[in-house]
Amino acid sequence: MAADTEKLLQFLLRTGDNTLVLSHRVSEWCGHSPILEEDIALANTALDLIGQAQMWLGYAAQVQGDGKSADDLAFLRDAWDFRNVLLCELPNGDFGRTLLRQFLFDAYQSVLMGRLIKSSDETVAGIAAKASKEVAYHVERSADTVVGLGDGTAESHKRMQVALDYLWPYVGEMFESDAVDTAMAEAGIAPDPASLRADFDALVGRVLAEATLTRPDSPFTHKGGRTGRMHTEHLGHMLANMQWLQRAYPGCEW
Amino acid sequence: MYAQMIKTASNGVKSRDEMSPEERAFQDKIDNDIKIEPRDWMPDDYRKTLIRQIGQHAHSEVVGQLPEGNWITRAPTLERKMILLAKVQDEAGHGLYLYSAAETLGVTRDDMVEMLHAGRMKYSSIFNYPTLNWADIGAVGWLVDGAAIVNQVALQRTSYGPYSRAMIRICKEESFHARQGYHAIMKMAFGTPEQKRQAQDAVNRLWFPAIMMFGPNDSDSTHSEQSMAWKIKVKSNDELRQQFVDQTVPQIEYLGLDLPDPGIKWNQERGHYDFSDPDWSEFFNVIKGNGPCNVDRMNARVKAWEDGQWVRDGLMEHARKKAARKVAAE
Repeated sequence: MAADTEKLLQFLLRTGDNTLVLSHRVSEWCGHSPILEEDIALANTALDLIGQAQMWLGYAAQVQGDGKSADDLAFLRDAWDFRNVLLCELPNGDFGRTLLRQFLFDAYQSVLMGRLIKSSDETVAGIAAKASKEVAYHVERSADTVVGLGDGTAESHKRMQVALDYLWPYVGEMFESDAVDTAMAEAGIAPDPASLRADFDALVGRVLAEATLTRPDSPFTHKGGRTGRMHTEHLGHMLANMQWLQRAYPGCEW
Repeated sequence: MYAQMIKTASNGVKSRDEMSPEERAFQDKIDNDIKIEPRDWMPDDYRKTLIRQIGQHAHSEVVGQLPEGNWITRAPTLERKMILLAKVQDEAGHGLYLYSAAETLGVTRDDMVEMLHAGRMKYSSIFNYPTLNWADIGAVGWLVDGAAIVNQVALQRTSYGPYSRAMIRICKEESFHARQGYHAIMKMAFGTPEQKRQAQDAVNRLWFPAIMMFGPNDSDSTHSEQSMAWKIKVKSNDELRQQFVDQTVPQIEYLGLDLPDPGIKWNQERGHYDFSDPDWSEFFNVIKGNGPCNVDRMNARVKAWEDGQWVRDGLMEHARKKAARKVAAE
């Protein structure tokens, strides 16, 4: 594989694995959410994210060019080959943490997709155009819920602040840059993640202020997911569930 | 479907002579297939029976998320996961329409949820059985939704307008569920020997619970007569069950699976399949709370509700604050 193709593949895996892993987390809520409308909304979010994962990983498989499919990438890679940011694989916690994680990710995605629709790679631009419509209402909904719960009762406020304090150290990884990102930016395929930060901060700052939540000061960032250097312990358990049938009964049609 | 053993709130069917003028006018509408609408006069017992039936139906949709949700995180392909999630999402949506239909009768969704959690309302017996392998997900779509459709197609003609309209809408989605379920189990039945084994296991376990969904035999169904007279119920339990068996047996044969009941035989004279009676003591045990999953299902629902209290409270409080700020600004 040519060096540039390898980098494109890494970029696609990063983008696709984010949505794959987060969709799985969100789908874990099925039947257990605080109210029926939320069961429906969470299922909807998970569905959109799986659809996006299918597109990104489908393209990744095509770029990889060895006859594999999006399903092969989702179900037959081990944890060290996943390239999602750690934020997406964190356990759901309570509903507040799930929605706050969703909002932080949606905010990042909304800025990213806005740039990717102008990608020099037509397939990337096409996927981003499709995804950006979904991402636009995801971020609207998750932002509304974060505001509602942050500016709700004393208890809901407290829980949201706890969730924010827990999640914040995982935010920075979304804006880390490395050689893959430099190559993507130079080729006009994707923006340098660092260049998304200002828009993200503006959006998140606005919503957190309305939610009466305090953004933690610490600039510390956990990382290792998008480079594959070191995931959390949680990813392995998720994959044990997600991949079990494919691993136990290899080569079947489902 | 998902409404079983609905206790009709009445003391037996009244003859026309025993009816008040209001009751007679009401019965005339029913007899002429004119739908009853929320603002129309209706006997208290008709209202009570409908609340029980629609409420039980709604609860079944909601609790029914759990056995299928059990496999969402283990679905074997991205497409299967999407189909399953979309199906479960539909069920939650059905729960919403049905709660709304019940609310037109003067009960709130919260009241009904509270009654469910307190054990004063029920949901269909079928959801107290476990989903143990991936083929169960196909079998649930095909057999469980299939049985539900048989009942719900009949209920499209039910006398209460909002319920009838909900059924029409729900039936469209349920047919899609049954088709995707059959497709999923076809893949298993025609797949590797291990897959076929899972398919057979699923059919063996779920067959009798599925035919129990229609409720007890007509001879033991004590509440049916008034519900039939009011057209809350349109066909008898046994009629619906026979219809389901007749449509399903050839589908099992097509899959190349063994029939789950040695008593299934085509009866030329009746023009229907004969089949064995399920073990009704098992059914009554499940209804009483002793099914394999009753306690876990209810605990899961109660936990979701209690864990979600702070979320509902928080959002309500926010809405109140927002409204107050708006008033203050005006």
